[in-house]
Amino acid sequence: MHPKRRNRLFSVLFLFAGAGISVAFVLVALNENINLFYPPDKVVGGGAPVDTQIRAGGMVLEGSIARVGEALDVQFVLTDYQGSQFPVIYSGILPDLFGEGQGVLVQGRLGADGLFRAHQVLAKHDENYMPPELADLKGLKNE
Amino acid sequence: MTLKTLWHRLGSPRWFYQISRPWIYVLGILALVLLVTGTVWGLVFAPMDYQQHDSFRIMYVHVPAAMVAQSAYIVMGFAGVLLLVWRMKLADMVLATVVPFGMSMTVFALVTGAVWGKPTWGAWWVWDARTTSMLVLLFLYFGLYALRQAIARPEAAARACAVLAVVGMINIPIIKYSVNFALTLHQKASFTLTEAPSMPPEMWLPLALNVLGVYCLFGANLLSRLRLEILRRERGTQWVRDLVLSGSA
Repeated sequence: MHPKRRNRLFSVLFLFAGAGISVAFVLVALNENINLFYPPDKVVGGGAPVDTQIRAGGMVLEGSIARVGEALDVQFVLTDYQGSQFPVIYSGILPDLFGEGQGVLVQGRLGADGLFRAHQVLAKHDENYMPPELADLKGLKNE
Repeated sequence: MTLKTLWHRLGSPRWFYQISRPWIYVLGILALVLLVTGTVWGLVFAPMDYQQHDSFRIMYVHVPAAMVAQSAYIVMGFAGVLLLVWRMKLADMVLATVVPFGMSMTVFALVTGAVWGKPTWGAWWVWDARTTSMLVLLFLYFGLYALRQAIARPEAAARACAVLAVVGMINIPIIKYSVNFALTLHQKASFTLTEAPSMPPEMWLPLALNVLGVYCLFGANLLSRLRLEILRRERGTQWVRDLVLSGSA
């Protein structure tokens, strides 16, 4: 390789490596701020700020969905199935995918009492797509 | 032809212009067949998802667009290296012609993502790591487009665009792995090289056809636009003049 070109190649690699390392530092510095939501163990363990606008996420615990009073108030428990769970209260229309065992994301404020008051609920789905017939065979919920 | 002569010939836009014509038709026809089959199969005949029902079908257009939008950027990144190190004229032409295609595919992926997000997540847009890094990709395309217009001297514009294309490559692994290293609302990859797809064949086959089809479309689009760019930039040369005057351009 021509020495001139080799030098240019090194400069390009250096530029790319330099930029890459700086971005990596930024991502490390951002640390948990690149996460869209707090998982249940952070919410329960005090890792999430109290009485501030935050997002938290988890799976809806089976049998925990309860309508409170009239109107649209609904209460449910979010869990990570590993021992951490917290109650959520929400008033509004739930997304279609909302249901027991479903991953959801709630936006709102965590009270000092440990109750999460949500003003928005978003449903999360995974990449495991399945036809209804197959889901029936596997005994999965099919609305 | 050895690799070395191919390498040297790639330095000649004229040679590339002469050999590339049939490939436009091959790739264009392949793209048409694959995309029509994949889209009709995916949108009409593939079984619906047990949870998302029919809204999951947006995947058949969303995933291919998002994949090719990133691949187009990778092509530009490598073209940028070729230009900066070897000063290959053709590389800068590639860099200039890929931008509109990559930009439209990024817009398409973002729009179809929003349309998919509303019925499933419950929101048009969420600032998670995947969606945000994809938006950054769109801004990189905007930046590359604007930068070329902003610099009058072609050589200076070429180098500036190449540097931006190379530096912007850092965003590609961030998009790809954002769903793995950060907690996001976006689901993980539907297709990976190492694992079997987590859906039955009658669901992933149409997706595979559309992915292949959109790559053929990318190839056909790149070649036809590249040939025009070659004619435009080499318009002062004798071979282009002969070609145009003989009416066979």
